[in-house]
Amino acid sequence: MELIFKIIKFEFSNALRSKWILFYFSFFLILSFLMFNFEDETGKAVLSLMNIVLIVIPLVSIIFGTMYVYNSNDYIQMVLCQPLDRKSLYFGLYLGNAIPLALSFVVGILAGFIFTGANTEGIAPILILTINGFALTLIFTSIAFLTAIKFSYKAKGLGASILIWLMLAVIYDGLILFVTYFFRDYPIENIILGISLINPIDLARIFFILDFNISALMGYTGALFNKFFGTSLGVLVSSGLLILWFVIPFLFGLRSFNKKDF
Amino acid sequence: MIELKNIEKSFGKYQVLKDISLNIEPGKITAIVGPNGSGKTTIIKSILGLVKPDKGEILINNKSVIKEHLYRKDIGYMPQVASFPDNLTVTEVFNMISDLRKQSVNGNANLINILQLESEMNKKIKTLSGGNKQKVSACIALMFDPKIIILDEPTAGLDPVASANLKKKIIEQRDAGKTIILTSHIMTEIEELSDNILFLIEGKIVFDGTLKNLVELSGQAKLENAIAAMMDKDFKWN
Repeated sequence: MELIFKIIKFEFSNALRSKWILFYFSFFLILSFLMFNFEDETGKAVLSLMNIVLIVIPLVSIIFGTMYVYNSNDYIQMVLCQPLDRKSLYFGLYLGNAIPLALSFVVGILAGFIFTGANTEGIAPILILTINGFALTLIFTSIAFLTAIKFSYKAKGLGASILIWLMLAVIYDGLILFVTYFFRDYPIENIILGISLINPIDLARIFFILDFNISALMGYTGALFNKFFGTSLGVLVSSGLLILWFVIPFLFGLRSFNKKDF
Repeated sequence: MIELKNIEKSFGKYQVLKDISLNIEPGKITAIVGPNGSGKTTIIKSILGLVKPDKGEILINNKSVIKEHLYRKDIGYMPQVASFPDNLTVTEVFNMISDLRKQSVNGNANLINILQLESEMNKKIKTLSGGNKQKVSACIALMFDPKIIILDEPTAGLDPVASANLKKKIIEQRDAGKTIILTSHIMTEIEELSDNILFLIEGKIVFDGTLKNLVELSGQAKLENAIAAMMDKDFKWN
């Protein structure tokens, strides 16, 4: 445990000095500031932010995480030559990468919200937004780590990461549309529900919308989810699945890391 | 002290180490030589646990070290290419490793001095030249006073003064009873430093003995010619 904290501490001081993290933080600060400043209703501002968060956080987390593992290759070798077990190193690297990213987002959004002196009617949706962004950062960083450890070549690993993001953020919606249109004469609701479980971005969206309780904005999978599970069970199921989306890639990544040759 | 038993390792289809068994003599300098891609670095990395062998056992002080990590507190390692977190300064890197090892630095000032690193201590790693990074790496390998020192091409990229000083330091360490493993392509350096030689060709040990034996066996007068003769496919091993 002590070793994990030591690695996190070093990674933290390293990350805080990196320009990327500053840029990422400023991006959310400015975005949040502008949204809350120019949008009268807090709810609408949070919704617009959510739409951006659902695209940007997975993309940045997966690319940043993948690059981070490749760029740290020599550093990992150096640390592994010390009397340290691989598990502690993996935990330390992961948290040292994911926490600064997640914090930049959370602090950026909250600071923007507070600076505008926005009224407090919408504190709950903002909290849900930040929890969601936090969860997406953890999930996509763990997918990034798994990808980067599985592929020895940087170009291949980065390509795979971008493809995963593209699949989940863009192509997936088209797929759902295609399936619902093509099989519109069949009872396919349960299949669609099943498909929505395999996409963390959609789960995060559903989680947010269910909490927010705006049925008009639920989209097809969100509405299905609501109908199938009801609001509170829906929130529980979607958050449980989000946790699985974090745990499974993380454990597979750890297993590969333990076996990997450096 | 260090013993490898029937180590095998493949990367994909390519078998890098073929049934390697060897003993590294304690208190001596052992040089691993061989052509590029013969498996020198893979042997070193297996001892360090960076590479996981497919088969075989590695014993240090009669204890199996595969899947262990604490034994590395007795090892100082200088890799072929040194790399550290870019944004940290040299001092911070030293402190970081000292903190991770939970070991205090021994004679660091002296090392920094002989490798002429004083002026670099507060510079960030990313601003250092390749040679200076190598010096930082050499410092790290030696500064915890480890019982085993592993150096992968230690003087490649160093300026002549630093290189000479480092070699002196290596001999000092050997005389202090340390076990040292090194690889190098510079034959004069091997002649200068090593007591024993391990000769690898295509993942097999073709010679394991003293420098003198090797030269005698080859029938050549100089080590450089001896090694060159032995790398020749037609060389007859008796």
